[in-house]
Amino acid sequence: MAESHLNIATQRIKKDRLAVAGFVVICLFALVAILDVIPVPYRDAGGLHFNRTVLDAIAKKPVELSYSAPMVRTAELNRKEFTLKSLHLLGTNILGEDVFYDALKGVRTAFIIGIVPLVIAAFFAIVLGLLAGYYGGWVDDLIQYVYQVLSSIPGILLLIAMLTVMERGLWQLCIALGVTSWVGLCRLIRGETLKVRNMEYVEAARALGASDARLLFRQILPNVMYLVVIEMTLDFSGLVMSEAVLTYIGVGVEPGTGSWGRMILSADRELPNGIWWNLTGASVLLFLLVLAFNLFADSLRDALDPRLRKG
Amino acid sequence: MVYYIIRRILLAVPTVLGVCIVTFLLFNVFASPEAVARRQLGKNPTEVQVKAWITAHGMDKPMFFNLKAGKDGRLHPFDSRFWNQMKELLLFQFPESDYLHENVGDLIKEKIGPSLTITVPAFLLSIIVTLPLALFVAYYRGTYLDKMALFICVILMSIVILNYIIVGQYLLAVVFKYFPIYGYEFGLGAWKFVLLPIILAVASGLGGGLRFYRTVMLNEVRSDYVRTAMAKGVSEGGILFKHVLKNAMIPILTTTVLSIPFLITGSLLLEMYFGIPGMGNLLLNSINNADYPVIRTLTYVYSLLYIAGSILTDISYTLVDPRVILE
Repeated sequence: MAESHLNIATQRIKKDRLAVAGFVVICLFALVAILDVIPVPYRDAGGLHFNRTVLDAIAKKPVELSYSAPMVRTAELNRKEFTLKSLHLLGTNILGEDVFYDALKGVRTAFIIGIVPLVIAAFFAIVLGLLAGYYGGWVDDLIQYVYQVLSSIPGILLLIAMLTVMERGLWQLCIALGVTSWVGLCRLIRGETLKVRNMEYVEAARALGASDARLLFRQILPNVMYLVVIEMTLDFSGLVMSEAVLTYIGVGVEPGTGSWGRMILSADRELPNGIWWNLTGASVLLFLLVLAFNLFADSLRDALDPRLRKG
Repeated sequence: MVYYIIRRILLAVPTVLGVCIVTFLLFNVFASPEAVARRQLGKNPTEVQVKAWITAHGMDKPMFFNLKAGKDGRLHPFDSRFWNQMKELLLFQFPESDYLHENVGDLIKEKIGPSLTITVPAFLLSIIVTLPLALFVAYYRGTYLDKMALFICVILMSIVILNYIIVGQYLLAVVFKYFPIYGYEFGLGAWKFVLLPIILAVASGLGGGLRFYRTVMLNEVRSDYVRTAMAKGVSEGGILFKHVLKNAMIPILTTTVLSIPFLITGSLLLEMYFGIPGMGNLLLNSINNADYPVIRTLTYVYSLLYIAGSILTDISYTLVDPRVILE
């Protein structure tokens, strides 16, 4: 039954050409992110190192003296011309680093920011939403009170407050984003659980003597999982964009982590001097990933959500 | 009605208390007084300086209950960080900023004006622009035009707000010089400085807004009263503008309140870019200088506004929909 449901959804998405294109683009980005995770060990005087990834091995370019425009052979620093060590597809930044490589390094960060907070949020939302919907009574009241309070604090302020208190870092950012984004999903799961818990198949399982835990996780959870899948794909784009914004205002990832937000931030000083490639490199990749996810997520929602399904 | 409003306000009290507790825990449990003092005092403060700062800010007091006898030999169980901060927030006796050394309440009064000159016009203008566009797209639902419009919406939604601001400012202010690049003027002269931020705020929200309103309209178009109106021979335009628009007001009002936090984010970046001395600017400076009292107070004040906004939304339902009776 579950397979055929999934099959129907896949068939529906396959008919949507934009969604298929989106899915292909997502896969390409995911490939870059995966290449940036697999280490290529190397040995030097200090011993064996694992901090170089396949992506570094493929795409890393020699560091130049300073800025250089895309696809040129020579550049200037303090009115003195210097020859570049290699060709740079998107030029180099102020430190002479290859902009295209920097932009590719942002892909892994984007996937981490787009996925880890959602896993954290989904955990809270599933556990609390199921408990509130299934048991009702004071458990429901308490959980509803907690998310009522959290949702009354504007998300951006709660995020900023959490991030100023914690140390800067990618994982801290993930935790903060996770803690601030479970409320919407929890509300949905609670509502769905309320509906599902009195359905006949759950009653039947209960009559057969199934424990509460079994009812919750084997009978009810699979039937609310579609909400989790829909919410996670819809939220991915927002999270990736929020990384850029949060890094931009100074509460995002620390320097040294690939970040499109920091590349866009440097555009402030660069754009008036005609240096557009840093901004373009980060913005284009960010735009493509978010667009691909938006197109795919819309189609997935239409395919999975029984409320939207016609006939 | 009055009874309902009073009950609704009373129901909000525990939520407000909850917000106070969350902000207290965040700034007192997760950050030690030592760390806060060191961040505030800058490079390499001495032990004495740190101790003095902590005492001056009352951070040496116990967290929840003061069980030691005070200087006068009597017990003051509520002379603790938690109760003092709760009292401050609930009585609107706002603390002093660590960095600007001004009362946060005064700072808010000073900064709220410039912020409102951007967010309020931007908010109204975006509704004025988006609603007719959504009706137009809903009118051509299912056609090629509708599909194109939806696709453009997704594209507009996929551009991060930073790009709208950076590219907009660069093209319209730096290259074509239609607008001033940076700055602000109090009073009537403000209009030329806030024009571009308002346009960019509207543009960045257009895609998402249009798509949402279209969905709302289409949900209404499928209902029975529309079929009845059609059967009676009401023109398509008449149906959309008279019937559908009125009935779509409830979801539209709901998102209006939900979008208030986004007004803050939007204005945060816009103010930063265009040098507008508003709340966003205040918040940003506080982030950069680890000015905890300001961030704490702003979190609380915005939450209050949000709660008040949601009460107002519930009340406004009765104004647009006679079927809603609040008791």
